[in-house]
Amino acid sequence: MKTEKMKPTRIFTYLIVLAYILFLGFPFVWMLSTSLKSPIELLSLHQSLLPKKLFFENYSIILNKRGLANSALNSTIISSVTMVLTTIVAIPAGYSIARLRKLFSKMATGWILVSQVFPVSLIIIPLFMAVRSLHLLDSIIGLMLVYLVVNLPFALWMMRGYVMSIPVDLEEAGATDGASSFQILRSIVMPLLVPGIVATALFTFLSSWNEFFFALVLIQSPSKETLPLNLARFMGSEGQVLLGPLAAGAFLATIPSLLIFGLIQRKLAGGLLAGAVKG
Amino acid sequence: MKSSLSNKLLAPNKNQKMYNRGAWVYALPAFVPLVVLSVIPLTKGVWTAFTDLQAGFNFHTKFIGIDNFTRLMGDSLFWQSFKIGIVWALSVTLLSLVLGFGLALLLNQDLRFLGLMRVLSLVPWAMPPVIVAVMWSILLNPAIGPVESIFKFFHIPGGKTNWLGDFNTAFPTVVLIGAWVGMPIITVSVLAALQGIPKEMIEAATIDGANSWQRFRFITLPAVQAITTALVALNIIWNFNSFGLVFVLTAGGPGGKTFMPALFVYNEAFKYGNFGYAAAMGVVMMLAVLGMLGVYLKSRSRHGEQS
Repeated sequence: MKTEKMKPTRIFTYLIVLAYILFLGFPFVWMLSTSLKSPIELLSLHQSLLPKKLFFENYSIILNKRGLANSALNSTIISSVTMVLTTIVAIPAGYSIARLRKLFSKMATGWILVSQVFPVSLIIIPLFMAVRSLHLLDSIIGLMLVYLVVNLPFALWMMRGYVMSIPVDLEEAGATDGASSFQILRSIVMPLLVPGIVATALFTFLSSWNEFFFALVLIQSPSKETLPLNLARFMGSEGQVLLGPLAAGAFLATIPSLLIFGLIQRKLAGGLLAGAVKG
Repeated sequence: MKSSLSNKLLAPNKNQKMYNRGAWVYALPAFVPLVVLSVIPLTKGVWTAFTDLQAGFNFHTKFIGIDNFTRLMGDSLFWQSFKIGIVWALSVTLLSLVLGFGLALLLNQDLRFLGLMRVLSLVPWAMPPVIVAVMWSILLNPAIGPVESIFKFFHIPGGKTNWLGDFNTAFPTVVLIGAWVGMPIITVSVLAALQGIPKEMIEAATIDGANSWQRFRFITLPAVQAITTALVALNIIWNFNSFGLVFVLTAGGPGGKTFMPALFVYNEAFKYGNFGYAAAMGVVMMLAVLGMLGVYLKSRSRHGEQS
């Protein structure tokens, strides 16, 4: 009786599951399939899900396209440097925000939250002028500095949280044993923070890799373009004709994002203090 | 060991102060760039709205009071875009909440294909917005997209529609894509809250004769209410200010149907060079976001008092 009653709802549930899987996955599968179709196949009236014949030339076309490889290199450099800079700056600052329960700490936390409400449309004009007065307009260094500032609130927030989850006793024990505050941060706090640092660093890389708006406003010369800028421009011009290469480029640009995201998932899941308290 | 213990017992607070003294120095490397490129620009941004600043270097900028705002009052194009922005922010938030919540409920059950769904549910979050736009434009392309064949297969008319180019369908289509992007963060957060509900609680309620709707209404919903409220508030902010996705998908077209306020401000500032006027629009947008948040959070807290 019960199983008979369960069956229709089960089937209904799996229909919804199927709908979600298609909605989430199909666009990506279609893009991948388009990237492997020849121009002739893309001209035919009815497109099949799977390419009739694998056509890898789209990838060599887009990779040999002037600018794309260069913009991928720019994106890699910018995202890596931003990641390192942000992490180096955020670790000690997050530590002091978490441990100093003073007006300063409250103000910093307040600012982190407030800065999230301001529309980018409002900040972009004075930011543009600030970068211009530093003579860093249309420069990769300027974009890195902006990304540092854009990513800092989130990185500080994460670091603050990770530090707060470490029992303060460990540091007090270190202090009574005569360690300086720098030694405490370096030898006691940092090792415990490693999973958090890795996750924060990778997230910073990811958000710089994906970022579009600031790059659009601050970068002008094609030689300094980031990957999203390059692909957006390509889509607006030749991409409408060269759909295969466009799909190939889009797929390539997504791989680092997906890989990193997969990594963070696992790191975040691994308990922050696992082993630390026991050992 | 003994001395350190007694030391700690005697003066723990003093001790803590000792080693923390000077820790504020650690915040300096973060503090300086934040002040130069965030605090100062934001304050300046509000100030700029009251000036006639232009893009060029040697322009004599002067304070013009609320002139920008009075001019903005009569700018029907901006208000049209503003209205689109509000409808967009609310509908994308609502749709991604419904879809994300539903997915979280499914992921919290004992079903097959959960691993696949879990991975897929994160993909939109990881993807660069520009690539999302490229991907969907390929999918919805009337010439090579699969939509027409799918519509034909199910005998639904209208498969030949140019979804992103048609006056009637462009906006709803963009909203759907916006929801696709917004889903994961809601799914992940709601799922975490769902998994925090003790199993015993649900079992006890089942034994007491609560049906699935009652369990949902009186156990599940209260457990996820706080996180949902925060998510809705954040999504309204993000969506109202969103730029990249729509900029690449439709560039505001067709006929301004998807011309978001962020695009409007971008054009005003970087196409026409009217920095002061564009900053005034930014201020109005900020007030709109704060207004929407105020109304929403107030209604939530009143709702909380009643139940």
